[in-house]
Amino acid sequence: MNIILGFIPLLDSASLVVAVERGFAAQEGIELTLVRETSWANIRDRLIIGHFDAAHLLGPMAVASTLGIGHVRVPLIAPFALGRGGNAITASLRLWEQMERAGAVPGGHPRLQGAALERVVAARNSAHLEPLTFGMVYPFSCHNYELRYWLAASGIDPNRDVRLVVIPPPFLVDALRAGQIDGFCVGEPWNSVAVNAGAGVIVTATTAIWPMSPEKVLGCRPEWAQRHPMQLASLLRALYRASQWCEQAENHADLAQLLAQPRYVGAPAELLRRGLENALVLRHGSPAAAIPDFYVPVARAATFPWVSHALWFYSQMVRWRQIEFTAEYVAAARATYRPDLYRAALGSVIADIPVADVQADRFFDGALFDAGDLTAP
Amino acid sequence: MAQALQPVAEDATEHCARGPLRMTEAALRILLIDQNATRASILEEGLREAGYLNVTVVRDMTNLLRRIVDEDPEVIFIDLENPNRDVLEQMFQVSRCVRRPIAMFVDRSDTSSIRQAVEAGVSAYIVDGLRKERVKAILDMAVSRFNAFSQLYEELERARQELEERKLIERAKGILMKERGLTEEAAYGLLRKAAMNENRRVAEVAQSLVTAARLLK
Repeated sequence: MNIILGFIPLLDSASLVVAVERGFAAQEGIELTLVRETSWANIRDRLIIGHFDAAHLLGPMAVASTLGIGHVRVPLIAPFALGRGGNAITASLRLWEQMERAGAVPGGHPRLQGAALERVVAARNSAHLEPLTFGMVYPFSCHNYELRYWLAASGIDPNRDVRLVVIPPPFLVDALRAGQIDGFCVGEPWNSVAVNAGAGVIVTATTAIWPMSPEKVLGCRPEWAQRHPMQLASLLRALYRASQWCEQAENHADLAQLLAQPRYVGAPAELLRRGLENALVLRHGSPAAAIPDFYVPVARAATFPWVSHALWFYSQMVRWRQIEFTAEYVAAARATYRPDLYRAALGSVIADIPVADVQADRFFDGALFDAGDLTAP
Repeated sequence: MAQALQPVAEDATEHCARGPLRMTEAALRILLIDQNATRASILEEGLREAGYLNVTVVRDMTNLLRRIVDEDPEVIFIDLENPNRDVLEQMFQVSRCVRRPIAMFVDRSDTSSIRQAVEAGVSAYIVDGLRKERVKAILDMAVSRFNAFSQLYEELERARQELEERKLIERAKGILMKERGLTEEAAYGLLRKAAMNENRRVAEVAQSLVTAARLLK
């Protein structure tokens, strides 16, 4: 059976590409066709109408579609996570200079960087200057919520003190250089592309804000999963084995070359390799800095669809007033992530598969998100 | 490469001006966002012929929010190749000014026309409250015109490719005539025979010959 998968050219589409190109899909007796897309809206629409059987999807987009925010209500499910991390926050050279004067240091703790940015923002406010503008990729994305979380925890009101705008990744570097935006939060390779172009400095990896933070998922319609349980299980196993392959250091050079092809990510292999090897060049000309767990394809249950992630996204949707808090929405958000399907496919493959559906997550500011304790704000 | 939209702030509340909803088809405000000028004009023409007189085409992506606010469209079309679709969706999500148009999945019972639209490469956003039959008529028009454009584009591509191939064959014949002292007819015969033997197209054989000749030069 041929399974059609949509993807957006980003580093974390790696396991989809590897499943096809290194034979993991064939080993499972399935054929995958990858279709490169230009917008998340296209991915969602083509998933909903059945052009795609499954897709590389923003975790929060699956939840938003299930809840019916920003669009009609169409349930989507996430039975597999496409790794963890891979995002960073980048500042324009001009903003970085101001932040450095205010105490930021290359590779500094997000608390230090946030405090410096807060001083810059406060100075701009008292001088009645235009607020700083930050780009992100979609209203329902980890990038939006991670950026907002860091800003808010640093004493910056994301709605009042700065502007947040959506800019598609391929335009971010130009927008930064043109001064249209002062920074952005995006997945690799786009931070490294900005650094390499001499247009920006990486302020922090978002894994420093939230260690092992979730990112993309494999999304599909519940009807498709119901109709094709065997194919879905084969797909998950192929993706799991591809993710293992992606994590092995000896494959990184090969993987970077593979993703560099124009039909996949289409960015220079050397830049893609930085993210894969957890060693980002933070500023053009500097040596690479080791960022432990920057991008984790498979280790420590990185592919497990934690229901607590779906609930955190929903909590942020409520926090930023994208939707109201109701018990019905909590239940719907919870049902979006499907560890049951993950276990059904991979129970015999993974020895230490998680038995719980939720886990507590700790953030850089010491806050703990306990999904069992989700009540109205 | 497509151009980036001007960033839109979450607090883009200025320039709010709303006219009364006009009910006749002629006055229905339609905004068309397409960076492909030919395709945009094909659809614009189709809409005008069908009696929709209030059609605005936007090709320049800067200040798009301003344009949307000024035009206050009831229907927005955007081509699916445009990465700025995500920007447009954020605009609808956050702006308190733009009357929130919603994606074309207005009524899930009518998925076939939605499927046709996506297949044709167009997406529509429609303000709430517009009658389903009115929406369908415009959407069908957009689909047929986008398809007409694809057909036109494919025909042009085919014509261009045929021309290229004819040129290649001419050059390959020229090489054979010069190197092997053949007549034009014999040179073509040789190409055709090689193509038949190797189960390839004459143009492909001509291409190899031209490439080989260039390498040996």
